[in-house]
Amino acid sequence: MVYLTRKAEFSAAHYYHNPEFSAEENQRIFGKCSNLNGHGHNYTLEVTVKGEVDARSGFVVDLKELKDVMHREVIDAMDHRFLNKEIAEFRDRIPTTENIAISIWNRLKPKLRVAQIHRVRLYETPDLFVDYYGEA
Amino acid sequence: MKAYLTRRYRFSASHRLHCHSMSEDENRSVYGKCNNPHGHGHNYFLEVTVAGPVDPKTGMVCNLADLDGFVNNKIVQRYDRENLNTLAEFSTAVPTTENLCIEVYNILDSGFHYAKVEKVRMEETMLNSFEYAGGREVRR
Repeated sequence: MVYLTRKAEFSAAHYYHNPEFSAEENQRIFGKCSNLNGHGHNYTLEVTVKGEVDARSGFVVDLKELKDVMHREVIDAMDHRFLNKEIAEFRDRIPTTENIAISIWNRLKPKLRVAQIHRVRLYETPDLFVDYYGEA
Repeated sequence: MKAYLTRRYRFSASHRLHCHSMSEDENRSVYGKCNNPHGHGHNYFLEVTVAGPVDPKTGMVCNLADLDGFVNNKIVQRYDRENLNTLAEFSTAVPTTENLCIEVYNILDSGFHYAKVEKVRMEETMLNSFEYAGGREVRR
């Protein structure tokens, strides 16, 4: 089994706010991130797939296909977007790094036929990242 | 849905690798330059990984403010700008980055209760790093 990781970058705006919480609770729990005008990050996405090396091509996965799927399903959708307002799954779910990583997994999983997705790692900043392995 | 959140911190400290139960010659041969009697220092990078279900109300594994508060108070403040050999936990144990990693994991595991501590990873220099997950296999 060989693991292959491909990186991509996108920049997006978001804010953290739960309408079930009071204004004070939102401020206490989410701090600066609760500013409803939003703020943004340069996200770095790492997608790791795994599989056996094909005897003829020497590939775990056709990198072009992986790249195309990542761009079509994630980067084209999220890059230079306001996640809370423009991405369907974040209309009623807070776009934390955790939830964005899960959303990216859910977008990629059904589209990646050639290799098995192993991990989605999403950096919000160089000092903060989330890993999701599709665990319930 | 279970996610793993990793936060990176930094601190600078000095140490000397020297084992009291070894002879001077043995110490020099095992630890080389790191056995210099006057000590030397590193800029350490610490990565703390916590794991757990994502809270549907907050979208978080744990509140980053709680993790930052704990790590800064209990770990960064304890080690930053210190000589590790002078600290109680290294009065007998050699302050290698292996032992420092285990110490930091234990501080987190016994004191941080907002999420499960999955792993500690420590970079001593840009060329070497150490990981400890409480004796469990490290998840890749």
